[in-house]
Amino acid sequence: MEGAQPGARLRLVELTKRFGGVTAVDRLDLTVPAGTFFALLGPSGCGKTTTLRMVAGLEEPTAGRILLDEEEITRLRPYRRPVNTVFQSYALFPHLDVFENVAFGLRRRGVRDVTGQVRAMLSLVQLDGYERRRPAQLSGGQQQRVALARALVNRPRVLLLDEPLGALDLTLRRRMQVELKRIQTEVGITFVHVTHDQEEAMTLADMVAVMNNGRIEQLGTPAELYEFPATAFVATFLGRSNLLSGTVVGRAGEDVLVEAYGERFSVPVVRARSTAGAVLLGVRPEKLRLVATADEVPAGHQAVAGIVTDAAYLGTSTQYLLRTGWGDELSVFAAADGETRPVPVGQAVVAHWHPRYAFLLPAGTSGDGSAAPVEAADAVPANGAGPR
Amino acid sequence: MTGARRRLLPYLLVLPGGLWLVVFFLLPAVQLGATSLYDPAGSLTDGYEMTWAFGNYPDAIRTYWVHFVRSFWYAGLATALALVLGYPLAYVIALRAGRWQNLLLVCVVAPMFTSFLVRTLAWKAILADTGPVVGLLREVHLLAPDGRLLASPVAVVTSITYNYLPFMVLPIYASLQRLDRRLLEAARDLNARPVQVFRTVTFPLSMPGVVAGTLLTIIPAAGDYISAELLGTPREYMIGNVIDAAFLVRLDYPQGAALSVVLLLVILALTIGYLRRVGVEEVG
Repeated sequence: MEGAQPGARLRLVELTKRFGGVTAVDRLDLTVPAGTFFALLGPSGCGKTTTLRMVAGLEEPTAGRILLDEEEITRLRPYRRPVNTVFQSYALFPHLDVFENVAFGLRRRGVRDVTGQVRAMLSLVQLDGYERRRPAQLSGGQQQRVALARALVNRPRVLLLDEPLGALDLTLRRRMQVELKRIQTEVGITFVHVTHDQEEAMTLADMVAVMNNGRIEQLGTPAELYEFPATAFVATFLGRSNLLSGTVVGRAGEDVLVEAYGERFSVPVVRARSTAGAVLLGVRPEKLRLVATADEVPAGHQAVAGIVTDAAYLGTSTQYLLRTGWGDELSVFAAADGETRPVPVGQAVVAHWHPRYAFLLPAGTSGDGSAAPVEAADAVPANGAGPR
Repeated sequence: MTGARRRLLPYLLVLPGGLWLVVFFLLPAVQLGATSLYDPAGSLTDGYEMTWAFGNYPDAIRTYWVHFVRSFWYAGLATALALVLGYPLAYVIALRAGRWQNLLLVCVVAPMFTSFLVRTLAWKAILADTGPVVGLLREVHLLAPDGRLLASPVAVVTSITYNYLPFMVLPIYASLQRLDRRLLEAARDLNARPVQVFRTVTFPLSMPGVVAGTLLTIIPAAGDYISAELLGTPREYMIGNVIDAAFLVRLDYPQGAALSVVLLLVILALTIGYLRRVGVEEVG
């Protein structure tokens, strides 16, 4: 491909953006390895799009630096950056046909013969034969592909994708996710994908950075983030988590002992982000198993008793809500593996888990934008006599 | 019953406007066409006779073709000037003015609150031989010491440009205002320098406004006669002045009507040719 450079490493150093008194992006440090599919995941208003726009050059940073490999691009004008964007709204030029939309960037750089490259790109996104259509004559999915081709044809060192699948319906979104992944593997360009959809981030990305309130909460592979979240925000934004608030009361060998709601739990030291003071003990719903009585809990497992208040059958699993003795709700996903029998609502059960699946977070790590269940758990005093 | 009423509704809605057009546009137009074919030997006092005198047309054109040419020359010039002055103005108001946008728009429209006549007379004062403009131009030797602006094509074209400038600015402003700013960002992102962004995205997408603005300017400008009347001499008279005189001074109704019809047809032909040229598809 005409000796194009491969994807670049993108480095953000202390990147900050303030709009008036509001800090949208707060001293962000981030390194995106070259050639990776990287997802910037966060709720709306967390600063992820602003970060992307600063990399594209459409927004000027208040402070901080942006580097591609070793080259600083912080103050470069957008047209001088080897970076292109797939916009959320696609922003296709309505007065140009598909071919001219895709050729736009090449022509602006004075490339003489664009036909070959444009056709190759259209065929990469499977739009052969659509050259002379106008954007208005295309479906949402096709427009999305044109937007992708229009950015990729310039062989950017980094491709920025701003919620590119947000406007598509679910089935189409799933198909485009597979497409995006294939295309990224094929072209080897660094993709930075901004999304609020945790499933999309996990499906697509090699690496995910979870963003909240203008800061990165955690950076890692999808599995790392899911299995061992760093903060309560990550634990609840990426999938669901049961978080019990407690206090560390000691150590026993390789385990940290936690007291919560008058009961003792243990978590392996390697699964603890905090080993002292107020903590949150987390367990993913699918790591919980239900049994009828405490006697049936396997040795070495931790257990919490409760009453089933809701059961939702979802085909691949059944999702239960359990009301614990201290009034909190736990969610439990029971896989529909044919082994477990459905538990009726109102039944007293015991939920248990192996300690290696639990994780320990320092309390109050959720910033101020934590999910509701965490706040509820926070409000419960450690002695278990909480309201609710 | 309700179905029938629903089918009739569009026609009922069209009825008032349609009637208005029939009474105040179609009938006068037919009357004008008929008048243009009256026997030129008739007069207002003796009455006119319908003789299908098609000869009125060649006669009128032969006598006054210079005025036609001059009219379209002045109108074309004024339209070009209005575009050159109006586009940047509309651009700044629509895309750069921020919270001053409404105030600037009011400023553009404000002159319309006074009468056309008063505004044109104001230009008479501005361009007067003893006025500041002439004084300055003489000072910098752009004008001979005894040179003047009044009673010249410059004054007439200036006045026409001024009078129709809002008709150029407003449609262009409207189309730029509607412009999706994200397209401009996309263009910047796709390696377009500011000038290229304008040339390849902003301007093409504002074409509907440019087309509407030029038409709204050149059509009335071609028929204008106040500017030439007040700021020019008979040497600057446009076809509007001739028609005015034919009806009100010489009382030659058939000739005035024939000239009016010719003006109408020329404007119509130019408009159609122009729309064909720039492509209505781009506009839609």
